[in-house]
Amino acid sequence: MIKCDNITKVYNSGDVKTVALQGVSFEINDGEFVAIMGPSGSGKSTLMHIIGALDTPTSGTYFLDDQDVSKLSDDELADIRKDKLGFVFQSFNLLPRTTVLRNVVLPLIYAGFPSGEREVRAKAALENAGLNESHFYHHSNQLSGGQMQRVAIARALVNNPSLILADEPTGNLDTQTGEIVLSTFQTLNEKQHRTIVLITHERYVAEHADRIITIRDGEIVEDAENRNKRKINGIV
Amino acid sequence: MTISDLFKETSAALLVNKARTGLTMLGIIIGISSVIAMVSIGQGAQGTIESSIQSLGSNLIVVMPGAQRGPGVQVSTGRGSAQSLSLADADAIQQQILLVRAVAPEINGRYQITARGTNTNTQVIGTVATYPSVKNVEIDTGSFIDDQQVKSLAKVAVLGPTARDDLFGEGVDPVSQTIRIKGVIFKVVGVTKAKGGSGFSNSDDIIYIPISTAQRFLTGHEYVSDINVQAVDQQSMTDAQTQITSLLLDRHHISDPTLADFSIMNQADIMASASSITNTLTLLLGSIAGISLIVGGIGIMNMMLTTVTERTREIGLRKAIGAKSRDINLQFLSEALMLTFAGGAIGVILGWILSLLVSHFGGITTSISLFSILLAFGVSAAIGIGFGYYPARRAAGLNPIEALRYE
Repeated sequence: MIKCDNITKVYNSGDVKTVALQGVSFEINDGEFVAIMGPSGSGKSTLMHIIGALDTPTSGTYFLDDQDVSKLSDDELADIRKDKLGFVFQSFNLLPRTTVLRNVVLPLIYAGFPSGEREVRAKAALENAGLNESHFYHHSNQLSGGQMQRVAIARALVNNPSLILADEPTGNLDTQTGEIVLSTFQTLNEKQHRTIVLITHERYVAEHADRIITIRDGEIVEDAENRNKRKINGIV
Repeated sequence: MTISDLFKETSAALLVNKARTGLTMLGIIIGISSVIAMVSIGQGAQGTIESSIQSLGSNLIVVMPGAQRGPGVQVSTGRGSAQSLSLADADAIQQQILLVRAVAPEINGRYQITARGTNTNTQVIGTVATYPSVKNVEIDTGSFIDDQQVKSLAKVAVLGPTARDDLFGEGVDPVSQTIRIKGVIFKVVGVTKAKGGSGFSNSDDIIYIPISTAQRFLTGHEYVSDINVQAVDQQSMTDAQTQITSLLLDRHHISDPTLADFSIMNQADIMASASSITNTLTLLLGSIAGISLIVGGIGIMNMMLTTVTERTREIGLRKAIGAKSRDINLQFLSEALMLTFAGGAIGVILGWILSLLVSHFGGITTSISLFSILLAFGVSAAIGIGFGYYPARRAAGLNPIEALRYE
């Protein structure tokens, strides 16, 4: 369902040309849990932006669900993000002083769902993400980091996307809370067959996925199944 | 995104920072309310002036004596002080001009009046029986001077309400009491109704006596101070004025109209010049208030720009979850619009209250027109769009990747 073929990305700032990606090709199938791992400056963020339809490649093609996304306009990219993608960010990016439920409802507003259906879906997504019902009407800034990240996961899930993209989802969390969030992803992948792409610079975090793509200096240096997958049991 | 979603999003965003929203709105509230209040004062003044001109009489043309201009050195005497109009002129106008309904010549002067030990200095007008209909004077008690009294040089007087209060006290019926004007005893036969006005233009501080009596006992000559002419209707006023001019020129044996020894004013001219003055006044007051409206608009733009910077990450997130540039643009524009509309609505109410207070405590008549309310709303909507456009476009133009990274 994700098919990247020879993707390059070159940034022009004045006279200086920065090559962020040089010929990246890979495929990700439905229901996979893949980690893209690499140090900072490796081009993993650029790759994430292209997979996330936030940016288009300089050359090469990117197919998402058999649709060529690499040459779309800004508005068409917005439609792709709306219908097919769910994002989880390092810094949660929840609307402050807004209830948890309303935060999760937000993507459905842009997707044009009728207001009755929105709440039902949002509540289901929050339960899926493992957030207790007692928090639904709290303001997002009253929650702990782990709870906030679960709200963000629920927001990513709510529109039933083809792909969930998590960009350093544990970066702002302590190890224990990070484990909870990672196990949430594992559960979603195993029980509901969600396709998840996890971007991280930490091997430890990447080892929670089934497959690890290692990227360095804009090129894939390793793409292999994760043989010693870390499992966290009984939390979610 | 439906309209109701947009409305909810917008009001939620504005309620997040209530103090800032309130202060920004205050700028618009002050601007709109001062425009409403100022324009209402201006229009109220216009109404007052127009009605007081109207109360002078209807379809009124006033003929006044003027200095005769001759060749050589000109000695300028004040307008109206010359002695060039006589009762015969008034009679001629009445008899020879068909467009005239009534003519009321008058002689006026200020005299010391005494009655039962009190005394006052006031204006005495010598006139004829048609005066009340020409100058819109109404009788409260008793009656006005009649033709018989004018013919017989009767020593009778009709008092204005202020003159009555000064001489006899408030509420006292002075009919058939006596007063002395310049030592001559007059019998009071009536009191007129109050017309309003104050200071030098007080049309209530007046005593009316027959014109013949005034000529014989007070002035001692046969000239009149001015001749009030009532035209048959509004349309014929200009024609009547032309005919009176040529009649009087003929009677005074003056061939060159520029050398006329009288001048004629008609009510429409007075009205036109008065309303041009009050229009200027309204414009002046309105534009001073308009400046504060612009300042309020700049306040809105300032707040919107701050908001866009502050909420850069939110904008990035909204774009990441599928909002188009158009959605972001609409959201911020509607925030600016809601600020100005809410501010505008409160401003209209406040301006209304303000103008009621002004007319209650300041004694100035104010009038609020639908036009000024619509204008204020239109202006606030325009300010919302005008000053909200740039910040909204800036928000919509943000790159989602950079917006999400913004610290």
